[in-house]
Amino acid sequence: MTEFTLTINGQKASATEEMTVFEAAATAGIYIPNLCAHPNLPPSGECGLCLVKIEGQSEYAISCTTKTARDMVVHTDTPELRQKQRSALEKILSEHPNACLTCWRKERCKPFDVCLRNVKVTERCVTCPKNGRCDLQKVADFLDIGELTIPYTYRNLPVNQDNPFFDLDYNLCIACGQCIRACHYLRGMETIDFIKLNGFRVAGPVKDNHKNSGCKFCGACIDVCPTGALMERPGKWLGLPRHSVITTCPYCGVGCQLSLEVNDGKIVRSVPVLENSVNQGQACVKGRFGIAEFVHHPERLTNPLIRKGGKLIDASWDETLALVAEALWNYQGDQFAFIASAKCTNEENYLAQKFTRTVMQTNNIDHCARL
Amino acid sequence: MAGLAASFGSGAMTNSINEIKDAACILVIGSDTTSGHPVIALEIKKAVRNGGKLIVANPREIELCRYADIWLRHLPGSDVALLMGMMKIIADEELADLNFVSECCDNFDAFKKSLDNFDLDFVEKVTGVPRDTIIEAARLYATCKPATTIYAMGITQHSHGTDNVLATANLAMLTGNMGKPSTGVNPLRGQNNVQGACDMGALPNVYTGYQRVDNPDLQKKFEVAWREDLSPTPGLTLTEMLDAACDGKIKAMYIMGENPILSDADANHTEKALKNLEFLIVQDFFLNETAQMADVVLPAVSFAEKDGTFTNTERRIQRVRKAIDPIGNSKPDWWIICQLAKKMGAQNFDFENPSEVMEEIAKLTPSYGGVDYERLEECGLQWPCPTKDHPGTPILHVGRFVCGLGKFTPLQYKPPAEIPDKEYPLILTTGRSLYHYHTGTMTRKVAGLNALDPEGLVEINPWDASALKIKNGNTVKVISRRGEVTAKAKVTEKMPKNVVFMTFHFAESAVNLLTNPVLDPVAKIPELKVCAVKIEGVKQK
Ligand code: SF4
Ligand code: SF4
Ligand code: SF4
Ligand code: SF4
Repeated sequence: MTEFTLTINGQKASATEEMTVFEAAATAGIYIPNLCAHPNLPPSGECGLCLVKIEGQSEYAISCTTKTARDMVVHTDTPELRQKQRSALEKILSEHPNACLTCWRKERCKPFDVCLRNVKVTERCVTCPKNGRCDLQKVADFLDIGELTIPYTYRNLPVNQDNPFFDLDYNLCIACGQCIRACHYLRGMETIDFIKLNGFRVAGPVKDNHKNSGCKFCGACIDVCPTGALMERPGKWLGLPRHSVITTCPYCGVGCQLSLEVNDGKIVRSVPVLENSVNQGQACVKGRFGIAEFVHHPERLTNPLIRKGGKLIDASWDETLALVAEALWNYQGDQFAFIASAKCTNEENYLAQKFTRTVMQTNNIDHCARL
Repeated sequence: MAGLAASFGSGAMTNSINEIKDAACILVIGSDTTSGHPVIALEIKKAVRNGGKLIVANPREIELCRYADIWLRHLPGSDVALLMGMMKIIADEELADLNFVSECCDNFDAFKKSLDNFDLDFVEKVTGVPRDTIIEAARLYATCKPATTIYAMGITQHSHGTDNVLATANLAMLTGNMGKPSTGVNPLRGQNNVQGACDMGALPNVYTGYQRVDNPDLQKKFEVAWREDLSPTPGLTLTEMLDAACDGKIKAMYIMGENPILSDADANHTEKALKNLEFLIVQDFFLNETAQMADVVLPAVSFAEKDGTFTNTERRIQRVRKAIDPIGNSKPDWWIICQLAKKMGAQNFDFENPSEVMEEIAKLTPSYGGVDYERLEECGLQWPCPTKDHPGTPILHVGRFVCGLGKFTPLQYKPPAEIPDKEYPLILTTGRSLYHYHTGTMTRKVAGLNALDPEGLVEINPWDASALKIKNGNTVKVISRRGEVTAKAKVTEKMPKNVVFMTFHFAESAVNLLTNPVLDPVAKIPELKVCAVKIEGVKQK
């Protein structure tokens, strides 16, 4: 791998042969607008936005699929390029709700404000779950898109709610193909692909629904979707999380790193962490969709219970600990046994064996690891 | 993981998850990886996309078979025969890495002699795999390097599980696939922190880091650290505890975060044992089937409400971080144990937080010596990590084995403890679903997971099904020598003839009422993967 330099917007940048112009620019801190590139996915050139001008070439180049070369001279921000990019974006927006994107009031508009432009509720950014964290909005802002110069159609397709975990709003899909590439390349599945619905090209399950198309509900497609088309249903309308905590999935020995998003003391979402060597942004259905509901389940035990007259009755910690301490005095030595847990933390297992060996004076401790 | 410890002096995954994708050949045996360890399955698929060869050995047509170059559909319980058969071919065709064997390994001659018992006729008969397929697999594994073996509970949960593990270790040594990137023997641990629970000495015979309780020096070390006299007699294993409870020798039991009524082989026996106790404490966050029998239930918090660490299957110690406050009056398990110990007059349980507990663990445990919470912040650490400036160990046995030389073990084929007969003509094998975890205490509380996988099904081959006049969706009774359960039948080509399959997540069709509690003599793991059953249709009302 030899390193060389090239020039981007008059700035020297270093690259290797494997790198695309898009990557070289990103490494040099230069933003090229795009809607289908993702660091974990192979490039496709699908959205047609990331055009650049390479000196000595008559055609504009798609930067995410063009490899760098020594001494290449690249421009990413000429007025002609911006105009080209705007037309590419307009083509996308001709089938995507865009009134809010081009409205001068968008910064101040709240979901329930009266819309001065009579935009239907379903076609507003302010009523879209992705509002504020949407890549399409970012690109539209960056390119400073104005009123569309080509006609716009609302697709008026139904929202696909065929599974318990996520929604697919075909009206918001910009056919960038990121979800499809995630499903194919990251997961080795072929659940989704480009499909035609009412003549519109969108991403969707290849058979009648996700499950029958082989979906494993891993959610990889949701994470890469740049728009509000793919959204997990839990926490869909909560917007950006108030705070999030990175922790380790409790469901199997892989130990995926998950970011638990918390609003008002409740876990609303669990998203795999991108930068780590264990799961690299991936998880499975259990880690992604199986956490909040059991943690906040109404049947969670909230008080100690003591059996009285054959029934388990609520008790205080003081009373319960005193009772257990009192009882355990009678069983020191080999008449006592502790079953620890492969679900508990290291520290807890450590304390369990220390307690058994010191306080209870026996080595009768084991756990269900053998299973 | 007693088997691995015997061969290499350590019982954990020898290599790391992110090396799998670069393997030239992968043998996946006894693991339905896409269900049990989905994210590791992604690495296997990546390896295949990178041009690596995949050999899947499994009686069921698991999802990975679609990506496999060779699928060895051996009969449940015939793993030793299959692996030894492959090794005989490798040895006979002089494909073994004799340099590695002579430099790094011990006991090769005795092992080689034991291969004589595994001629292809015998292996073909016992495993049910055509000889050509076995030859092809053996050649592939021996010639594509680096090669790695991945296995899970399908290897260990047998009455001869230790032999199975030793066989995989023999194979890795014979082909020189040890101590290098993308090689090794890689057990995928079932529950999230099995590795950590073992590392922490939640075992009857060892303190933390596998330091034996019957070693006087180590006993002394812990007596000094804990300021308490300690017993040098190894304690009872889980199954022995339950037997001792039945006999009235164990009178009080403290169960933390487990539900043995659903998870142990032979549920009726477990229930009898627990009923016989004078005092049962259960600490959990739900009133699970075991907690309902307790005298005292202590409400613990879930992983989301506490700090701590888990150690994953590649020996990586990773942080668990508190995301929300405890629900109701529930408390972290570490807090409860400390309070109780203090109530009982113990001096050494004054911990303010789990980070302080880790400091004590690091002091007493050589392999965790360099671990502290600050260092774990970034992306955890893989043990052994003996000192504060040690970077952790992604690959074990680089250059030499932890115990000096890797030890070959001569092996014999032993049939499963219970083989099908006239009365119980089918083999029942068990496994996991992608949508549920363990006994379902957590996942069955999640509506979406339940909707996708609502009930335990009996998977059966169409041929067996039609012989028994069972149609897809019929309710059937599965009967073993120990008990019976009812469940719906799923007729599928994915099952081989004479073998049926159930998952073990469902209380209402608890497969452990059926399974055989006979133990592996070394690892003391019950034979959950093979037992003999018969199936009867249930008259639909
Ligand atoms: S997907 Fe983005 S651009 Fe489209 S409506 Fe939602 S927020 Fe607006
Ligand atoms: S959830 Fe996973 S398997 Fe299903 S479509 Fe999305 S990426 Fe594919
Ligand atoms: S669903 Fe999202 S990721 Fe998939 S093609 Fe449409 S916009 Fe792109
Ligand atoms: S997200 Fe899935 S693969 Fe990852 S640790 Fe959790 S259960 Fe295992």
